[in-house]
Amino acid sequence: MKKAFLTGNEAIARGAYEFGVSFASAYPGTPSTEILENIAKYPEIYAEWAPNEKVALEAAAGASMAGARAIVSMKHVGLNVAADPLFTLAYTGVNGGLIIVTADDPGMHSSQNEQDNRNFAPFAKIPMLEPSDSQESKDLIGEALKISEMFDTPVLFRTTTRVSHSRSVVLLGERSSFGMKPYFKNPGKFAMIPGFARKRRINLKERLKALEDFSEQFPYNKVEWGKNSEIGIITSGISYQYVKEVFGDEVSVLKLTMTFPLPKKLIAAFAEKVKELYVVEELDPYLENQIRAMGFKVRGKELIPEIGELTPEILREKLKGEKQNNNFGLFAQLPSRPPVLCPGCPHRGVFYVLKKMKAVVTSDIGCYSLGVLPPLESIDSILCMGASISMGHGFKKAFEVNGEDVTVITVIGDSTFLHSGITSLMDAVYNRSNTINIIVDNSITAMTGHQHHPGTGYNAKGEPAPAVSLEAICRAIGVEKVVVVDSYDLKAVEDAVKEAMKYRNGPSVIIARRACALLKGKGPKGIYAVNKEKCRKCKICLRLGCPAIQVKGDGLFISPLSCVGCAVCAQVCPFGAIEKAGDD
Amino acid sequence: MAAKNIFISGVGGQGTILAGKVITTVLVNLGYDVKMSEVHEMAQRGGSVITQIRYGDKVYSPLIEKGKADVLLAFEKLEAVRYVEYLAPKGILIVNDLEMSPASVLIGKEEYPADIVERLKEKIENTIVVDAVGIAKECGEIRSQNMVLVGVLAKVMGWPKDALISVIRDVVPEKYVDVNIMAFERGWDMGVI
Ligand SMILES: Cc1ncc(C[n+]2csc(CCOP(=O)(O)OP(=O)(O)O)c2C)c(N)n1
Ligand code: SF4
Ligand code: SF4
Repeated sequence: MKKAFLTGNEAIARGAYEFGVSFASAYPGTPSTEILENIAKYPEIYAEWAPNEKVALEAAAGASMAGARAIVSMKHVGLNVAADPLFTLAYTGVNGGLIIVTADDPGMHSSQNEQDNRNFAPFAKIPMLEPSDSQESKDLIGEALKISEMFDTPVLFRTTTRVSHSRSVVLLGERSSFGMKPYFKNPGKFAMIPGFARKRRINLKERLKALEDFSEQFPYNKVEWGKNSEIGIITSGISYQYVKEVFGDEVSVLKLTMTFPLPKKLIAAFAEKVKELYVVEELDPYLENQIRAMGFKVRGKELIPEIGELTPEILREKLKGEKQNNNFGLFAQLPSRPPVLCPGCPHRGVFYVLKKMKAVVTSDIGCYSLGVLPPLESIDSILCMGASISMGHGFKKAFEVNGEDVTVITVIGDSTFLHSGITSLMDAVYNRSNTINIIVDNSITAMTGHQHHPGTGYNAKGEPAPAVSLEAICRAIGVEKVVVVDSYDLKAVEDAVKEAMKYRNGPSVIIARRACALLKGKGPKGIYAVNKEKCRKCKICLRLGCPAIQVKGDGLFISPLSCVGCAVCAQVCPFGAIEKAGDD
Repeated sequence: MAAKNIFISGVGGQGTILAGKVITTVLVNLGYDVKMSEVHEMAQRGGSVITQIRYGDKVYSPLIEKGKADVLLAFEKLEAVRYVEYLAPKGILIVNDLEMSPASVLIGKEEYPADIVERLKEKIENTIVVDAVGIAKECGEIRSQNMVLVGVLAKVMGWPKDALISVIRDVVPEKYVDVNIMAFERGWDMGVI
């Protein structure tokens, strides 16, 4: 058999290929993005970026009802967006197998919160599988599809950053053809009006009972007896790997892969054979609470933190009392190296302008979220995708009710606007909000690694596609004042904002447009340099936070290796000391 | 064989990802069980990046524990110090003699620690300092600094040279193959403690 060295996400994509998935939809989000990116490489599978996770899940639900094997993938917070269809899909069930992948981000490497989406499985009443490495990520896609079709239910497939983004060896198989299942019209099953839903609710309960029995027999839920059966550890997902790493076969382990419904008899049998029972899990006491409710004495979160990522050294310290701490007595304090907006990033100038305005700025999620940090520091709030426009509306109304005239500016990216900003803007139009709404349109979903979206003109497979127009959408929902400016033209941006401040006839929209500087062939050209004669060392240019602009000795210097020639710094220098120094 | 641990640190854009790919492809080809974990935060460049590689007969955790890395391969000096606690007490440090100032230093708010290399050498017995950028330039392509460092690592670990060269041939774009192999060979010659 052929071997490959795959990330968990690549392995999930491979699983979709091998086990006959023919429809895939997703909205990007770390750490889930590469699942769809890799599925899109298989010509046998139809793959698309949806504008958001709810749409992705609904599209996949339709494909499944039609009879196709379907998969949808998203990051943890994406499932909040898709929760509405999810909960009722549990009632309708499926036709072709349907998998919902949720990739959680413990430790918030690249997320606005940390949530344990295992909780969704009992809440939505659908079975859940948790892979612990890439081989399982692939194989369990096959199992999940079988379960989905056998029990007529969508299946939650839960990974975490270290499963999705770690590589391990995978044995590859061939694609098996499962074909489409025939579709028969069946409103009693697929059309959830209350009368039908009540019947499906009862069906759902019976289904869960059957799944519970299945979980007892599921071979991926298994006991690994160690040299010692005094200590028993129950674990799942990546935590299993850490347990084996730290304890090897010193202890006995119950590895759970189907973590909803739980195999209660298997757990009870294990618990009764060991003297001390532990649960090792990342984030919430999800397993622990259920095991405790079964009446067993178990230790878990009293030892293992529920905040942040679990690591093998945490286990070693908390369960074995071994602590490793050796920085070789080197520097205690080091300058940190956080991510920064790239040289030439089109978002930079917009925030530079906003910082000068006395305004409340509600922002959104994307590369431009970095506008909250020094030196730009022009953002008041960031909550979830799409919230900028609606929160700005709320801010504005609350101030107005109180008789305060405060300028409220909202900032949202193009991908985020299409994801969930449109309904927010409609709210502002309908309820006459005098907010200024800036769409920072860099013509890509940059933050998650440059994915296309409905506005870019290309689809998930890289083929040309119809592009929706942001300005046409804004006008169509009733925004009368819509202007488009070049994000690199600071004066144009500033004038547009000042002009909008005078406008009091409902919300206005400024589309600040310029391609992400990292897009091949679309970035600016040239190099800028500081003219030493003219520079008076006022350091105003440093307020842009462009990593190409540096302090050297007592002067300023632009690194020709980093500068991409956007000319934004040349516009902020009050002495005209930053000049074009080359074309390349 | 007990698992070996290689911890790679650097700055986004330095080619650590390709280095990780070459190394792990070789190890998988050699028949080891291998795991690798990468964190490259957001799309933006210039952040701190790490790659953790573990290989042996059987590897469980994709993460290396503090104090257990057999080698810390640092593509930048500050990033060597930042992750030095991962190095085993008798571990080997390979450090690129390169200073890349983070934003706070560039704008004069923080200082880049002085004498990093001297202090590392003083504390860590097995330290190899490599001017990978200088060597890469001599080879004709500054971006081949990653292969210089891979060369040093490969020699230190005792991996078969031919296996690496053939993988470099496979993964590097055709145009740059010769430069990268030259860079690798120069690194290989420096892999002595
Ligand atoms: C519900 C939800 N889905 C996905 C994400 C991940 N995510 C964060 S920002 C973003 C899109 C950023 O694109 P855009 O708004 O165009 O801004 P850019 O990064 O291009 O500046 C995505 C997909 C998220 N945080 N929340
Ligand atoms: S990736 Fe593009 S949008 Fe994001 S910071 Fe860099 S230039 Fe700006
Ligand atoms: S022109 Fe100025 S702001 Fe733009 S990338 Fe170069 S140094 Fe940075």
